[in-house]
Amino acid sequence: MSTAITAGRYVGQAVKRLEDPRLLSGRGRYVDDVQLPGMLHAAFVRSSIARGNILSLDTTAARALPGVHAVYTGADLNPRVLQFWHTMLGPPVELGGQSVYPPMLPLADGDVRFVGDPIAIVIADSRYIAEDAADLVDVEIEQLVPIMDVEISARNEQLVHRERTTNDVGSMAQPVVPEIEAMFAAAPHVVTRKFRQCRATNVPMEPRGMIAKYDRYAGDLQIWAATQSASEWKATAARLTGLDEHRVRVIAGDVGGGFGLKMMMTRDEAAVVMAAHLLCDAPVKWTEDRRENLISANQAREETVEISMAVTADGHIMGAKLYIWEDVGSYPAGSGATASMAMGIFPGPYKFPVVLPGNTAAFTNTVGKAAYRGPWMMETVAREQMMDHVAREIGMDPLEFRRVNILHSEDLPYTNCMTMVYDKVTPSETMEQALDMLDVDAFRAMQTAARAEGRLLGMGMSVYLEPSAIAFGILASDQAIMRMDASGKVSVAMSTGNHGHSLETTIPQIVAEHLGCDIADVVLIQGDTSSSPLGPGTGGSRSAVIAGGAAQTASLRLKDKILQIAAHMLEAAPEDLEVGGSIVSVRGTPAKALPFGQIAAVAYMMPDMLPGDMELGLEVTARYRPPGQFTWSNAAHVCTVEVDSETGMVKILRYIVSEDCGRMINPMVVEGQIAGGVVQGIGGVLFEYMPYDSAGNPLATTFMDYLLPSAPEIPDIEVGHIETLSDSIGGYKGMGEGGAIGSPPALANAIHDALAHLGVHPTNFPLGPWQILDLINAAASDKREEHV
Amino acid sequence: MSDTVDINLRVNGGDHTVVAEPRMLLSDVLRENLHLTGTHVACEHGACGACTVLVDGAAVRSCLLFAVQMDGSAVTTIEGVTPDEGKLNAFQQAMQDQHGLQCGFCTPGIVVSMTAYLADHPNPTDDELKDALSGNLCRCTGYQGIINAARQAAGLPTSSERAH
Repeated sequence: MSTAITAGRYVGQAVKRLEDPRLLSGRGRYVDDVQLPGMLHAAFVRSSIARGNILSLDTTAARALPGVHAVYTGADLNPRVLQFWHTMLGPPVELGGQSVYPPMLPLADGDVRFVGDPIAIVIADSRYIAEDAADLVDVEIEQLVPIMDVEISARNEQLVHRERTTNDVGSMAQPVVPEIEAMFAAAPHVVTRKFRQCRATNVPMEPRGMIAKYDRYAGDLQIWAATQSASEWKATAARLTGLDEHRVRVIAGDVGGGFGLKMMMTRDEAAVVMAAHLLCDAPVKWTEDRRENLISANQAREETVEISMAVTADGHIMGAKLYIWEDVGSYPAGSGATASMAMGIFPGPYKFPVVLPGNTAAFTNTVGKAAYRGPWMMETVAREQMMDHVAREIGMDPLEFRRVNILHSEDLPYTNCMTMVYDKVTPSETMEQALDMLDVDAFRAMQTAARAEGRLLGMGMSVYLEPSAIAFGILASDQAIMRMDASGKVSVAMSTGNHGHSLETTIPQIVAEHLGCDIADVVLIQGDTSSSPLGPGTGGSRSAVIAGGAAQTASLRLKDKILQIAAHMLEAAPEDLEVGGSIVSVRGTPAKALPFGQIAAVAYMMPDMLPGDMELGLEVTARYRPPGQFTWSNAAHVCTVEVDSETGMVKILRYIVSEDCGRMINPMVVEGQIAGGVVQGIGGVLFEYMPYDSAGNPLATTFMDYLLPSAPEIPDIEVGHIETLSDSIGGYKGMGEGGAIGSPPALANAIHDALAHLGVHPTNFPLGPWQILDLINAAASDKREEHV
Repeated sequence: MSDTVDINLRVNGGDHTVVAEPRMLLSDVLRENLHLTGTHVACEHGACGACTVLVDGAAVRSCLLFAVQMDGSAVTTIEGVTPDEGKLNAFQQAMQDQHGLQCGFCTPGIVVSMTAYLADHPNPTDDELKDALSGNLCRCTGYQGIINAARQAAGLPTSSERAH
C-alpha cells in the first residue's frame, strides 16, 4: 500500500544493492580481515569488580611470557593522553566546551569503576598469547560497595568518579508552575504512570575492532577501524596522541553493524591507539570478543519515565508532567544523557498544550551508556504506552483517544509546546493507513471469538515523529567530492561508511538520476579519511538527507559543467541540450550528440576545445546542510499478538508499519531499515535484557543469556508508504532509527490489550514469559482478595 | 604453548598442510593461516552461526572446533560455496534479490547454512525454512529479506507475492 510520488529512472526504484555480490561471497573486508606484516595482537585485563581500589598490579609474569611485546597499565598510557573528547559533542567544559564528559582516560588507574573496566593492555605475537599473558597479570582489588541505582547515585553519598564532586550529569528540576498545578487540580482526569525500559545493548554482529600503527619515521598514525565515522576517529586519535590531525589516517572498510555503538571512539579503542603510539612501528590489532562486547561495550535503555497527564472529560490532553531517570553508567560517550532531546519531542504527534519536564541523569558503576538506534526513544516508548493507559482509565478506546489528540495536515506547520516546529509530516494519515491495513473491526471480532475460547489476543499501536538528520556541529553537513574521469565514469567521495545502510547503492542512484548516467558508471568512495571529506559519518538517520543532498547538489553542478562543454562543442545553447544514458544531445536533433566519455576527454586533455575561460577537468564539490535543524519523518506501527496464558509466551501475529520518509531513494532499502529497527525494538521488549546483580556483576555475558530475536519469532512485516516531500533537496527524510523507536510501545500495547481484561497493565520491560506470568498471577491474586 | 602440529585439511577442493598449535580454532586457522576471511567470527561460543562452514558436507560452527580435530577432513567455506567466475549461487542471488543482507557480517554463515540446507531439503515448508534459519543471528535485517530469499530459493511465495 502506498501513496507514491513518481519514481525516477533510479531514485524511487528498488535497485538491487551493488555491494551485495562482494559481501555474499565472503569478499567483504572487515577490519579483522586485515593482516599486516609484523602485526601484533592486543588483549585486555579487565576488572571483575564493579567498584574498588587497585591495591597492587603486577605485570612481571605477563611481560616475561615468550611472544609478549608489552604490557601497559594506566600509569603507562594515561599520562601520555593529550585530550580525549569527541568532535560530535565538542570539547569538555574544562576545555572551554559545553559538554559534560566522564573523566575519560584509556585505562583504569588507582581504582575500577565497572565490571569490565580495562586495567591493562597486553601486546603479543598472537591473540592466543596475549590472552595467556593477560591471565598472568596479577591484580589485587579492594572491593567497595558499588553504586547501582541512579536515584542513589544522584544523592552523591559515594562518587563513581572520584575526580568529580557529583554523580550528576545534567539533571534538571521539574519546575513548579502554580497555574499548571491549578489546571491539574481541576482536571476531570489525571492519570500517572511510571514506565521502565530494561538495559539492552546495540550488539552489532561484528564486535568492536581496530588496528593502529604509528610509524615513527613517517610520523604517521594509521588506523583501520570498525567505525561509523572515520572523520570522528581521525580527530579523536590526533587529540589523544597529540599528533597533528593531518598525520592521522583512518580507514573503515566494511563494518559489521554499528547501531550507534561505533560512532565515537571508546576507552578500549583509545588504549589501543595509545599502546600502538607508545610501542611504535608495529601494527597492533584488537578484535573484541563477544564476552568483552557484552560486558564492556557501552549499553543503553536503562531509563525510567514518569508521566502525569491531565485530560478533559471528552479526552483532550490538557497537559503533562514528565520526569526522566537515566542511568548513564560509568563512561558514557559525553554525558550519555538524552533527556533534553526526549523532553523536546515528548509531545510527538499529539497536541499537548503544555509539558513540564524534569530529569535525573547520573553515573553508576555499570558500563557506560551508548547511543543506541533512537537514543532518546524513551519519549515514544513511554508516551505511546501512556496513551493506552490513559485511554483505558478514562474509558476511551485507545485509537479514539489518539484520534482526538493527533495532529492533522491542516495543523501544520505546528510548533509543539517545547518549541519544536513540525512540518511536512503525516501522523494522522500514517495512523489511518496502518489501521486500514490491519482491518481493526475484523481483528476485534477475531479477538472476541478467541477470548470466548480462553485465548488472549491483543492489538497495539504507536505513532511517532522521528527527528532525522539532526543538524548541529559536525553533524550538520556532509560533502560530496565528485569527479568524472576522462573516460566519463564518476566517483563520489563522502564521509559516510558501509555498515549496512546501502549507501554504495543509494548514493549512486541519486548521482545517476541527476547526472543522467548509468548507475554502473558511478562508484561511492567512503570510509577512508585520505580520500573522503570531513563529515559526520553514518548514523543518526542522517545519510539520505545530508549525504544524499550533497551528492545531488554535486551531481547538478557537474552536469552543469558537462552541459557547458557540450554546448560549446555542439555549438548549441546549454538550455537546448538534454541528457540521458550518459549522452548529451540537442533536444529534437538526436544526431547532434556527445557521450560523457567524449566530453570528459575534452575536459581533461583538449584545453583548446573548451570555452576560453573554463577551468580544465570535471571535478566538483558540494557541501550540503539541510534547511532545518531537524528533518521530521513519521510512522505508525500496529501489532497484534497472542499471549499464551499457560507459558507467558508472546507470539506476534501481524506487524504493520505505515511510514512517511519523504521521497524514497530505494523502497527496498527503506523497508529493510524499518524491518531491522522493528525487530531490534521487539528484542528489547520480549528477549533482550542485560541485568546486573547488586554487586555490579553483568548477568548476560553470552548469547545464551543475552537473547537476540531469531527468524522463527518474527512475522512478515507489512509496510505501507506515504511520501510527503521534506524541505531538503530531493525531499528526502531520514528513517534509520524509526523502526526501533516505534516497535517497543506498539508491542507492549498489544500485550496490554491482550491482558487488560484480566487486570494486567504492564509498564516495565522486559515482557518475557516469566514477567508476563507474574503479572497475570498478581492480577489474579488481587482479584481474589477483592472477592474476600 | 608453542608446540605445533601438522594439520592436513582439504579446503574448498585444495589440499593444505597447516602448522598450528593444537588449540587453534578451525575458524582462526581458516582466517589467519589460509586467509579465507569470509568465515566470520561473531560470538566464539557457537550461538550466532556467522562462522558456519561445511565439514564433509555438514554445516558446523568453525568456532567450536579445533582445527586439529579436522585433520583429514574436507572443509568448504563461503569462498568454496560461491561459484567461480564471479557468479552467485541460487541462494546468494535470492539474498541479493530479496535484500537479505545489510552490513553483511552474518551473511556468509547464512549462505553456507542455507545452501547446504536447501541442497538437503529441496521442498521445505515455510516454518521449516524459519527453523533452518534459527541457528543464524542477524542484527540488521529483522530476517525479512533472509526468509524471503530462502522462500525464493525454495520456490515458495515471498511475502510480497503472498500479499497479492
